Amino acid sequence: MAKKTRTGNAVITGIFVVFCLAWVYPVVMVVLNSFKVESAISTNTAFELPTAGTFAGLSNFADALSSKGFLSAFWYSLVITVTSVVLILICCSMCAWFITRVNNWVSKLCYFLFVFSMVVPFQMLMFTLSSISDRLGLNTPYNICLIYLGFGAGLAVFMFCGFVKSIPIEIEEAAMIDGCGPVRTFFLVVLPMLKPTVVSVGILETMWLWNDYLLPYLVLDRKKYTTIPILIQYFRGSYGKVEMGPMMACIVLTIIPIIIVYIAGQKHIIKGVSAGAVKG
Amino acid sequence: MQKNIKRLWPLFLLPTFAAFVIGFIIPFIQGVYLSFCKFQTVNKATFVGLSNYVKAFADTQFSHAFWFTVRFTVVSTLLINILALIIALFLTRGIKGTNLFRTVFFMPNLIGGIVLGYIWQILLNCVLSLLGKPLLALDSTYGYWGLIILMCWQQIGYMMIIYIAGLQSIPNDYMEAAKIDGATTWQTLWHVKLPNLMPSITICSFLSLTNSFKLFDQNLALTAGEPAHMSEMLALNIYNTFYVRSGIQWKGIGQAKAVIFCIIVVLISLIQLKATRSKEVQQ
Repeated sequence: MAKKTRTGNAVITGIFVVFCLAWVYPVVMVVLNSFKVESAISTNTAFELPTAGTFAGLSNFADALSSKGFLSAFWYSLVITVTSVVLILICCSMCAWFITRVNNWVSKLCYFLFVFSMVVPFQMLMFTLSSISDRLGLNTPYNICLIYLGFGAGLAVFMFCGFVKSIPIEIEEAAMIDGCGPVRTFFLVVLPMLKPTVVSVGILETMWLWNDYLLPYLVLDRKKYTTIPILIQYFRGSYGKVEMGPMMACIVLTIIPIIIVYIAGQKHIIKGVSAGAVKG
Repeated sequence: MQKNIKRLWPLFLLPTFAAFVIGFIIPFIQGVYLSFCKFQTVNKATFVGLSNYVKAFADTQFSHAFWFTVRFTVVSTLLINILALIIALFLTRGIKGTNLFRTVFFMPNLIGGIVLGYIWQILLNCVLSLLGKPLLALDSTYGYWGLIILMCWQQIGYMMIIYIAGLQSIPNDYMEAAKIDGATTWQTLWHVKLPNLMPSITICSFLSLTNSFKLFDQNLALTAGEPAHMSEMLALNIYNTFYVRSGIQWKGIGQAKAVIFCIIVVLISLIQLKATRSKEVQQ
């Protein structure tokens, strides 16, 4: 019996190894193609390995970095993601604490509106939101985080509220009796306890913001600023010949940081995702 | 204590709420109002009543996009959940390399929709051209299945994580009791694991349902609605109505379509809420 399960498990492991290789193949394919010369990346040769004749070295990467605006797009994506996530984490945790601890109709209404906003699809707001952000001048990578704070608040407030409810209020009362004001109570007592939720919300919001295409595309001043998803869409969206080589290089350069961050923090990411799903 | 906190509402509540008013409430209300108007910009709008809605329902592209989305959503939701559950069941049996497999399966989830779409466009076009079949942009059947494969590749890992968390939270006593009573593997699966997994199944099916229904980036990158809007889904159809079609009437119609789309999504979420609540009562 025991032996049978062991061989069974070995077979399953073998199947899964094959399955995993198939799973990562699309990424590997793009990496291989990014080292080929332009003419060798066509629809029916995408599977071929780079050979001595088609090997392009790092020229695609050099091209993507120097002339295709990859570096500035990367910088803007980074600025938008970091500022928005930090702002969302600080403001929404404070807001969620307020809503949970102050029990009146205002906070109930706020909570309802925040939850409702999680459900509404972006297409509903895209036209009006972009015109409002234009009028208020919120169309640069440095202040678009205010728009993201408003649009992304729903999920964050909802998740923080769920956790604040589970903290016993006696701890905060004790802090208050010891002479802490609400501000110090929040930052010195409540926020440290919220740390696991801060990590989960931070990961979920980062995953969303880094990859978001339509909101920055419509809101940002497109002549001056592009983010990575917009840059990659431009390769294909513009008419004329598509430069496959630099495009592949851009895709690779986009994926590499994601994979590095993922491998470094995968424990937290997987935990954060399952915590977020159970509450969401 | 409540009073102390309440005094500080400008600090705690106001920043988020002000941004929320700018980023959600005003555009939402304006959006609902504009769906009854003919407009080019937000300021120049003339009220036209329900005619946008009538035109939206009469638009054949819109109804085609609707049924395309429904077909896509049903098939992808079923496939994603069944496959994710099977993988999760195998990965909770303590086989070697479980952590590595889990890491690999989850990875596509972190790559954005636009990038994913282009990766798969290159891959699928290569497969199709080697088989001598028309490319993605020329045949909507391949576009449809391409979208489904892409969606499975991206979402299975995410749902798998949730199913694994659900399976691990089933108390070990239940399994042992089933074993002592002489239950076979299948019986344990049907009568112990699946009933205890119902909350996870509800969450996952609704998550994949709304994700598929609202799909935009992947659709834009993989097929862009080609050929001739035949592989266009609702979100992309709304976008094209707004920004691609020329003519003064289309923005209003696009906004009306967006309101219809929003109502459908809200209805799905209400059903989900009800399903989750009733499960909670049972336990």
